Amino acid sequence: MMPKAFTPKVVTANDLLLGDVIYMAADGTWVRSLAQAEIISDEAEAQIRLLDAARQQDRAVGAYLADVTAGTRGPAPVHFREAFRATGPSNHAHGKQAETHDV
Amino acid sequence: MYKYSDFDTAFLAERNAQFRAQVERRISGALTEDEFKPLRLMNGLYLQLHAYMLRVAIPYGTLNSAQMRMLAHLAQRWDKGYGHFTTRQNIQYNWPKLRDVPDMLDALAQVGLHAIQTSGNTIRNVTADHFAGAAADEVADPRPYAELIRQWSTDHPEFQFLGRKFKIAVTGATADRAVIRAHDIGLRLRERDGARGFEVLVGGGLGRTPMIGQVIRDFLPEADLLAYLEAIVAVYNLLGRRDNKYKARIKITVHENGIDRIRSLTEAEFARRRPTFKGADQRLLADLYTAFAPPALRQGDTTAFQRARDADPVFRAWSDTNLSAHRSSDHAIVSISLKKPGATPGDATAAQMRALADLAETFGYDELRISHEQNVILPHVHRADLPALHAALRDADLATANIGLISDIIACPGMDYCALATARSIPVAQQIATRFETLKLEHDIGPLKIKISGCINACGHHHVGHIGILGLDRAGVENYQITLGGDHTETAAIGERAGPGFAADEIVPAIERLVHAYLDLRTSPEETFLHTCRRLGLAPFKAALYPAQTMAAE
Repeated sequence: MMPKAFTPKVVTANDLLLGDVIYMAADGTWVRSLAQAEIISDEAEAQIRLLDAARQQDRAVGAYLADVTAGTRGPAPVHFREAFRATGPSNHAHGKQAETHDV
Repeated sequence: MYKYSDFDTAFLAERNAQFRAQVERRISGALTEDEFKPLRLMNGLYLQLHAYMLRVAIPYGTLNSAQMRMLAHLAQRWDKGYGHFTTRQNIQYNWPKLRDVPDMLDALAQVGLHAIQTSGNTIRNVTADHFAGAAADEVADPRPYAELIRQWSTDHPEFQFLGRKFKIAVTGATADRAVIRAHDIGLRLRERDGARGFEVLVGGGLGRTPMIGQVIRDFLPEADLLAYLEAIVAVYNLLGRRDNKYKARIKITVHENGIDRIRSLTEAEFARRRPTFKGADQRLLADLYTAFAPPALRQGDTTAFQRARDADPVFRAWSDTNLSAHRSSDHAIVSISLKKPGATPGDATAAQMRALADLAETFGYDELRISHEQNVILPHVHRADLPALHAALRDADLATANIGLISDIIACPGMDYCALATARSIPVAQQIATRFETLKLEHDIGPLKIKISGCINACGHHHVGHIGILGLDRAGVENYQITLGGDHTETAAIGERAGPGFAADEIVPAIERLVHAYLDLRTSPEETFLHTCRRLGLAPFKAALYPAQTMAAE
């Protein structure tokens, strides 16, 4: 069986202090909006970025790679779980969907 | 109610100070997440999808107004203005910040509340019949025993690292409102030859492998309670599997070893341990009887209740569904629905919590209960006060008349909040309730329990719903499986899977077909959905759920 082709990823985690969903940007900083996350298309690069994220214990909790597709407005989530993480719960307008600016 | 002793207060203050220091060490980098995680979980702090979540125990579901006001204060000061009451008589705050949690715990300690052992592989919050101390069908109030168990299990050194979590529920009534048959240990108070004791069930549980608890001891004298519980948990602690998380609960231990072997091991362990209980527990229990002494119920004429029923159809409808029989006939048990159609089951705003606290103080002898069905109970209300109470509830938008009906849905937080969820629960509950509100069929349908879980762990008790809904991830799409014929009461049963799941936009129409089938099939309005299921089996309901397949097969 052929190994599964690598699909584009973002590095994501939860913020240590707020618990909020965060993403890694191209410059290695953490951002709160999926739109500003870096899309990583190379598997080796993704693993290196993930190791880098996992070392940042003072900022990020539970870092992992999430599947995305490249959309017109930056990365778009593939799985509905990531869509909820990127926006917030559906029963209250809380979380990211309620935020008008990025911190 | 139980009031914390100096020991309790000092213990909690020390524990909260420890956790404050642990949080500081995590923030400073002295603790890694791997080191911190078990510590925060022991104190009820989870990291969920969007934020931290603090789960606060409401032991045996009992609160006074000061405690309810403090829960409101936490919601307003440190969360987003609301809290979520759960199926295990806890309240969850969905948005706390890590730095704020020690302050939240200190605030809770001021009113004798905590979040200890609301997570982790320990003995969890002890739950009880939400009508405890008020129900007409009760042998005795189970809460003194529940408080005894809370004190015994809190920080019990032998049981801090069990193979898996461990849940105990207790009732003093014949009707099981505490789902004791779906708990690791279920206790039912009973009397025999004038002596009080317990029927002890073990090995119940929902989740991946749902099981109904089995009787391990038919009659356990009350003085033996803690020694016997300790024997069961000790046997489980050594015998239970630790090689596979999914086979680690005591239900699997009981299933794999057989109830007879578990019983004989427990009895042997009990014989060893019983002599070490030298009476301190019984002296404490005597104090607890006093602490939970019923309020001095006021006497008075109840004709105002009947007058209001005759005059006001809205009050009449509410009193038909939301009142239950109190042991004193001039009082009633009032269930306050947190299930207004379209609302999130179990959510209460800070303003609503304060209104509930005020009403408990004015009309309810300062007592409140939280039910596993995610509603709030005023256990003792004089019938003459019910019209005024109802009017106040209407003002607070808390007068929904739907207890036990199709819109009184249990739903776990699901993927709107929970990191373990495989699909959402809340929107499904909202849509079903709203749909049947539009159809105006709810009261005609009668008693019907819909229970929704957003993953196989079954926090939404879907297996024991008359209609159970389980949200799954099928190839990256939310999919909802239906089970039928479950029952959470003394006639407990695990529901049977009806067939293939439904997409998110198909689940409400599927439930509607199911309910219409029931209305056509029932022999009379007195035959409930569950009774119809039991009489006819699933076939006619499956035909309603899957009309195309059924026609193709014919």
